[in-house]
Amino acid sequence: MALPQNKIVRWIDRRLPVFTFLDHELNQYPTPRNLNYWWNFGSLAGIMLVIMIVTGIFLAMQYTPHVDYAFNSVERIMRDVDYGWLMRYIHMNGASFFFIVTYIHIFRGLYYGSYKEPRELLWILGVVILLLMMATAFMGYVLPWGQMSFWGATVITNLFSAFPGIGNDIVTWLWGGFAIGNPTLNRFYALHYLLPFVIVAVVGLHLVALHQHGSNNPLGIDRKGPQDSIPFHPYYTYKDMFGLSVFLIIFALFVFYAPNFLGDPQNYIPANPLQTPPEIVPEWYFLPFYAILRSIPNKLFGVCAMFGSILVLFIVPWLDTSKVRSSYFRPVYKWVFWLLVIDAFVLGWVGAHRPEGWFVVIGRIGTFYYYLHFLILMPFIGWFERPLPLPPSIAEAVLGKGGGTLPGAAAAREKP
Amino acid sequence: MNARSGLLIAAFLVATPALAQTPPASPPAAVPAADADVMPALPKVPWSFDGPFGTFDRAALQRGFQIYNEVCSNCHSMNLLSYRDLSALGYSEDQIKAIAAQKEVTDGPNDQGEMFQRPALPADHFVAPFANEKAARAANNGALPPDLSVIIKARDGGADYVHGILTGFTAPPAGFPMSDNMQYDLYFPGYQIAMPPPLADNTVSFADGTQPLLDEEARDVTTFLTWASEPTMEERKRTGAKVVIFLLAMTGVLYGAKRRVWSKLH
Repeated sequence: MALPQNKIVRWIDRRLPVFTFLDHELNQYPTPRNLNYWWNFGSLAGIMLVIMIVTGIFLAMQYTPHVDYAFNSVERIMRDVDYGWLMRYIHMNGASFFFIVTYIHIFRGLYYGSYKEPRELLWILGVVILLLMMATAFMGYVLPWGQMSFWGATVITNLFSAFPGIGNDIVTWLWGGFAIGNPTLNRFYALHYLLPFVIVAVVGLHLVALHQHGSNNPLGIDRKGPQDSIPFHPYYTYKDMFGLSVFLIIFALFVFYAPNFLGDPQNYIPANPLQTPPEIVPEWYFLPFYAILRSIPNKLFGVCAMFGSILVLFIVPWLDTSKVRSSYFRPVYKWVFWLLVIDAFVLGWVGAHRPEGWFVVIGRIGTFYYYLHFLILMPFIGWFERPLPLPPSIAEAVLGKGGGTLPGAAAAREKP
Repeated sequence: MNARSGLLIAAFLVATPALAQTPPASPPAAVPAADADVMPALPKVPWSFDGPFGTFDRAALQRGFQIYNEVCSNCHSMNLLSYRDLSALGYSEDQIKAIAAQKEVTDGPNDQGEMFQRPALPADHFVAPFANEKAARAANNGALPPDLSVIIKARDGGADYVHGILTGFTAPPAGFPMSDNMQYDLYFPGYQIAMPPPLADNTVSFADGTQPLLDEEARDVTTFLTWASEPTMEERKRTGAKVVIFLLAMTGVLYGAKRRVWSKLH
C-alpha cells in the first residue's frame, strides 16, 4: 500500500524486504499521539552518534597515534587540512553535545518511567550504551596527547590499582607497560575507533527493543487502540526534524563561536609526564562521577561508589516499585525526581573543585543522596505513594474537552 | 546571536560546573602572598578579533610578528608555524622569502652524506632559538620558555592573560619573598615569573609610524599570537554566520511544516 509501485523496488523487496522494513519501522510505525519534545532526544542522540563517527573517520585519516606526533598532528589538522578545524571542532564539541542529549534522554526516561515493564531490557541496553559512550569519550580525550589527556588517563587508569591484590597488575596490563606511553596511546586509539561501532550495534538492539512495544508516552499508560496512535511519518519525522534544527543552531553556536569553551586550556599544552598540571579535572560530563569518587576517603570504596553510581541504573526497573509509569501522576516521586536532577548538578559543581573545605561536605551529602534516591526512595515511595487517577486512554486525555496538545494540561482539566 | 549569547547558553546548559571554574576576581592591592587562587582580575582588552564578526587587524598582526621576530623569538619557539603561513598577515611571497632567509636551518644529508646549513625557505617551520630543551634551560637560568604556537588557547584568560603578563611587571610588594632570577608579575600564577620584562616603551620601532608604547606592543604581539594559535579563526566565524543563518531559516521552514502536518490531528 505505502510501498512505491516501482518495479525495481518491488523486485528487490520481494527478495530483500528492506523497503517493507523501512515502511514498517519509519513510516507506518504506530507511535503514541501525545509524545512531547522530551521525546526528541533519543533521535538526537542517534544523530550525534552518526556525526561523531563521520567526523571521527575524517580525523582518523590525518591523526598520528604516537606520543611524539599526536599533539602536532591534531594541530596540523587544525591548520593545514582543508576544513580540518571544522571536523575537529565538531568532533570535540560533539562529545559534549552527545552527552547533553543523552543525559536529557536518560532523565526523560526516569521521569516518565520508561524503564518499567515491558521496557526493562530497552532501558538496560541504554545503560550499556551509556557505559560504552563513557569509555569511548575517555579514550578519545586521551588522543590529542595534551596535558589533561595524559594526566586524566593517569588518574583514571590508576583507579584500577585500588583492587586488592591484582590492582597493579591490571594497571600494567591496561597501560601495556610500566607507565603510560606509546602502547597506551595506540590501544586507546584502536579502541576509540572500535567502540563507536559497538555502540551502533547496541543502538540497533535498543531500537529493536523499542519497536517491540513502541515508545512510552508522557501519560505512561498503554495504548488501548488505534485512536491512541499516529504513524511515525509524517508526524514524528517532522517533529524530530524541527527539534534537530533547533538543536543544530545551539550546537553550531558552540562549534563556530565558542569552540574551546567546554574544553580545558591545559589540553593545548603537550603532554609532559614530568609536570603535573595544577588541577586534574575530567571533561564536564564526568564531573558528577568524579565528585562521587572523591567523596569517599577510601580509594577502593571511592572507585566502587563511582562505578556503582552507573551500575545502579541497571536495576532501576526493579528498584522502582510503583506500578504507575509517569511521574505526572506521582505526587511524591515527582519532587524526588527533581531533587535527583539538582543533586546531579551539585555533584557536577563539586567535581570541578578541589576536595577541600565545604566541597568535601557537599560532595558527601550529594553522593549520599544519589544512592538514597535509587536504593531507598525509589522502592519506598512506590509502596506508600497514592498516585493520581490515570486517564482512561491517551486519545481521551489528549482530545478531551480541553483539546490541548499537552497531555498534562488535558488530564489535569479532567480531574474533578 | 553572538559569542556572548553562545556563552550564556553554554552557561545555562552546563550551569554550575563550567561557571565554577572561573577564578574569583579580587583587587590587586588586597593580595598579601603568593596564593595562585586569589589572582587580580585580568584587564579586559577590546580586541579586534572579539565577537562573532571579529577579524584580525592586519597592521597589528604585522607589527606583532615584528615584535615576535625581534624580541620573543630570541627565547620562544613557535614550532607549529611555517614562514609560508605569514601570507595570511598580508606579506607578499618575496617578503616571506626574505623573512625566512634571515634564519639558517640544517638540511641534508647531501650527496656526500653530510648535513649542511642553508637559509630557511617559506616551507620551513619557524626556526627555534635553541637546539633542545636542555639548551633552552641552560640559557634561561633553568627555566624553559614555552613554545608560543598555541599559547593563547593554552592559558586561562587567553589573549587577555598574555597581554596581562606582558604589561603586569611591577616591583614586588614590600616583604614579598622573591627567589633569585625571578620577576614579579601581577597576573602570573604565584606572581613570580622567570621571564624578564620583554617589552617596554620603544623596544621596537614600527615602520608604519605607530608609537611603540608598551601597551601597544603588548596588544600587537598578543594579536599576532592569537592569530598563530588559530589561523583559521576568521574562516570559522565567517562559516559560522552562514551556517547559523541557514539553520535559522531551515528551523522556520520546519516549524511551519511541523505545525501544518500536526494541524490535521486536532
